[in-house]
Amino acid sequence: MIDIFQVNPGLWLILAGVICAFVPKGDLGGWARKALVIGAPIFAGIMITQIYTSQEVLAGKINIGGLELTTLRIDNLSMVWGYLFCLIGVLNGIFGLHEKCRITDSSALIYAGAAIAGVLSGDLLTLFLFWELTAISSVFLIWKGGEHAYAAGIRYLALHVLSGVLLLAGAIMYANANGGDYMFNNIGLDVPGGWLILLAIGIKCGFPFLHMWMQDAYPKASITGTVILSAFTTKMAIYALARGYVGTDILIYIGAVMTCFPVFFALIENDLRRVLSFSLNNQLGFMVCGIGIGTELALNGVVGQVFVHVIFKSLLFMSIGAVMYRVGTAKASELGGLFRSMPFTAIFCLIGAGSIAAFPLLAAFVTKAMIISAVIYEASHGHPGLYVIAGMLLFASAGVMEHSGIKVPYFTFFSHDSGRRVKEAPWNMLVAMGLASALCIFLAFPWGGYQMLYSLMPYDSSGYTPYTVDHVVFQLQLLFAAISAFCVLKKLKLYPAEKRAEILDFDWTYRKLGLGIVRWIGAMWTRLGISMTRLRDRAISGTGRRLYQMFSPAGAMSEDAPSGLAAVLTAAMLILVLIFVYFVR
Amino acid sequence: MEILSLFPAWLLEQGPAFVIVLPLLMGAITAILPSRTLAWWTALVVTLLCTVTAFALLLQVYSEGASLYTMGGWDPPHGISLVIDALSAPVLFLIAAMAVVTVIYAMPATIAEVEPKKRAPFYAAFLLCFAGLMGMVVTGDAFNVFVFLEVSSISTYALVAMGAARDRRALTAAYNYLIMGSIGATFFVIGLGFMFMETGTLNMADMSRILADLDGGSRVAKVGFGFIIIGLGLKLAMFPLHTWLPGAYAYAPTKVTVFLASTATKAALYLLLRFTFTVFDPSFDYVAVVLKYILIGVGVVGMVFASLQAIFQTDARRTLAYSSVAQVGYMLLGVGLATAAGIAAGYLHLLNHAIIKGGLFLAMGAFWYRFGITRIQDFSGLSKTMPWTMGAFMLSGLSLIGVPFTAGFVSKVNLTIAAADKGWWWAVGVIVVTSVLAIIYIGRILLAAYFGSPPLIDGQPAKKNEAPLMMLIPMWFLAVLSIAVGSNILGLGDDFVMASERAAALLTGQGG
Repeated sequence: MIDIFQVNPGLWLILAGVICAFVPKGDLGGWARKALVIGAPIFAGIMITQIYTSQEVLAGKINIGGLELTTLRIDNLSMVWGYLFCLIGVLNGIFGLHEKCRITDSSALIYAGAAIAGVLSGDLLTLFLFWELTAISSVFLIWKGGEHAYAAGIRYLALHVLSGVLLLAGAIMYANANGGDYMFNNIGLDVPGGWLILLAIGIKCGFPFLHMWMQDAYPKASITGTVILSAFTTKMAIYALARGYVGTDILIYIGAVMTCFPVFFALIENDLRRVLSFSLNNQLGFMVCGIGIGTELALNGVVGQVFVHVIFKSLLFMSIGAVMYRVGTAKASELGGLFRSMPFTAIFCLIGAGSIAAFPLLAAFVTKAMIISAVIYEASHGHPGLYVIAGMLLFASAGVMEHSGIKVPYFTFFSHDSGRRVKEAPWNMLVAMGLASALCIFLAFPWGGYQMLYSLMPYDSSGYTPYTVDHVVFQLQLLFAAISAFCVLKKLKLYPAEKRAEILDFDWTYRKLGLGIVRWIGAMWTRLGISMTRLRDRAISGTGRRLYQMFSPAGAMSEDAPSGLAAVLTAAMLILVLIFVYFVR
Repeated sequence: MEILSLFPAWLLEQGPAFVIVLPLLMGAITAILPSRTLAWWTALVVTLLCTVTAFALLLQVYSEGASLYTMGGWDPPHGISLVIDALSAPVLFLIAAMAVVTVIYAMPATIAEVEPKKRAPFYAAFLLCFAGLMGMVVTGDAFNVFVFLEVSSISTYALVAMGAARDRRALTAAYNYLIMGSIGATFFVIGLGFMFMETGTLNMADMSRILADLDGGSRVAKVGFGFIIIGLGLKLAMFPLHTWLPGAYAYAPTKVTVFLASTATKAALYLLLRFTFTVFDPSFDYVAVVLKYILIGVGVVGMVFASLQAIFQTDARRTLAYSSVAQVGYMLLGVGLATAAGIAAGYLHLLNHAIIKGGLFLAMGAFWYRFGITRIQDFSGLSKTMPWTMGAFMLSGLSLIGVPFTAGFVSKVNLTIAAADKGWWWAVGVIVVTSVLAIIYIGRILLAAYFGSPPLIDGQPAKKNEAPLMMLIPMWFLAVLSIAVGSNILGLGDDFVMASERAAALLTGQGG
């Protein structure tokens, strides 16, 4: 008899997903599937509560071929991710209640289950297994987005499978150097395999130049698919970083770059789901940076940020998804004025936008500041270079406000009236968004709300109070500066391209120059992108053609060799063997 | 052991001879049987009896150790001896069990693929081939090996040629195989001649003892060794001597392909192990050199090349055939490592690959049986028209790739660890790369089957047309078995690993 407290809770979701795949079509089957989609994460969450104690729990040990695998570890760190994934699994389930699609249900469950099982796994091999499973199960969500998503899905899959392979290779090297111990604890970069594992994680959480898949695949997935995708993969990678690379300096710089560069792309992007993907990338940067700092305060901030981030990011994707469900597009240029017909969605979207921009009383306010404070604290204690990083993070915060906080709701629900009069979002979407909004407000509620969030954090966080006059005022200044910048820009019809020049509007030359540079970089970037794509395509098709010419049935290497030739070959091999036998020592 | 006491004592005593003589004798009788059904029953009963015997012998080896059977009471080196030990017993059982599986499958398959008049001879040739393979594995006499090698090979040429009813190209394939196979056998026997000249004996144990006394022997022994390696290399489809294999596998009747893919090359590989590690010895310089440079070299190059060739094939059976060549590369790599872990991994892959490739080819035959399909592009929508067959194919395919919880994973991981232990990281890299290539060539087929839509027939999508039960049972048996080995259900995984480790211990123990 299997002790259910030894079973990794994620496996329950995977089991439910497999059952889903076999539930017959039809109304009854549909409801049964939906019951599974919502019930399984709740059950898994309860199981985590049952297993969790204040001590680290290691369980589910399996011995395969001499390798001791620890399939379950629940401690202060992994527990947070476990709860979070269960919670968001339920919300996503409610959001997707209207959709009658067996593949989505089943792959969403397996995907969520794999993510939960991955963060709750105790050793690198188990992690690898679920790492790959998240990639394989989630690609179906992308393919559900339609024909145009197919290629993106393949690219996504290829990159993520590669990430898994790198992880495995790194894990083997790491364990080999470590006396065969596969336990996943702090790894760092100084051990063999450390760089490989970091690279694997980097692909999953979108390090700069490894991030392309995110903006490529997420916007092309189905409506519910994007919502589900945004929650798990990258956060699982953040968990792996927080577990293995705490205090690794390079992460500070990677994180800072990650927060800044998507800001520019998000500003010029028209597809709102892509805008949100860029902003997702930017938010991940904060977490990566916090992990790089690695102090208790920073890690608390990261954990809190992950928790609220998943909720408000899903909320934003849900609201845009709801709009897309009714209108059929998520292009900023074709939306506008929807607050008349979708008032509730608009309100929820605003709450999400406010949360991501860290408005006081809304979610990110109580967490993001922790990371920035941690950076500033370190900077003032002997690492003055970190002020630059803090500045970058502040700039990125303003940027978040600009593109996610203002651009997304503004162009969707306000702006010029697109003339579309659609129905309000379906009830289940409203319920899901409502719950997420409530959480956004509750988790930042000054009287009892944020304390609950803080109690989840791995280290004691009682010393930190987010609601000080200074902090509130500073944050409001930052936000209102960004808002007023936006308003002025809109008024002067300079948005989006000239946004950065606004600060220096007394200096026309500089602005022109700046604009010129931005434009030039943009143009060059596009051109570079195109020629890189062309080069890559040519290289790929060239290699492919050459391989094909060699190995296809008619190719030089695969032609049916006449037996005479084969006989000569045999003689040649014999000579080769004899040479080795005689002369090589 | 409990189970062992259930077998009659004479079976255990005479078992080694029984498993050769019975199929040999019944093969001759089957050839003149008037009815196809009768021939089938004969083949089934014979293979079943042999399987039971082989199983008993296997248990006996594990409980009581190796045994030596002297044919007609003539002691070696003058008489012919049969050897059952931890190296030969698992392969013996594998061959017998695969024979049962293929015979069950043959009932419907031969109806579709072999001309009515040739069906009884077909079973006769099959039994002869079976007898030859069993003999190759059991015998302890080097010349006897050659005899059985020829018995199995010649009947195999005939079997391959019988595919002509389905595809005329089977004839050229069989001809090619005949030429190449004969060259291989000739090389082998030339090698044996040299060895006889050097040692004056044909008994393997004797030969090994004398060679050790001579400290590896003179140049004659070296040349003999070269000939033997190449001769066996041809038989086990070592790259680049594999050119006969794709044609033979692709155009032979499915049942024959299954049997060949899972047993014939495996028996040859077994002989390679037997000769390099027990007759010769890796402590001789020239053996070590060949292991390290030739076997590893061709193994690795073969893995990559054959995988690439597999990717670009249009015919799914040829894809699988090239994949077999690549898998032989894995085994050679394991053997070439020459460490206990490496040999164990190679041996394990030998067992696992027989199960996996057997399952794949069985499914392939079912596709042909129902729809006449062998080209990959025709696989479109097969998951809807033949869901169960495609399911088995998928499981075996995943196992071939080496997805966790499948047999392929276990042996690849063991091989990777063995290579890493020796510090050969480049070999680990090659294993990973070829596994990715395997994802591509298996994935191509699976993609077409699961994401394509069935072809239209008269404007309607093709209807569901599942393979007959007699085909489904063997292929699901193998598919489930490969999962069971991979996930250690019923302790099967441990059993397989144990078997391979004991075989490796036997080889390295004698090799010092």
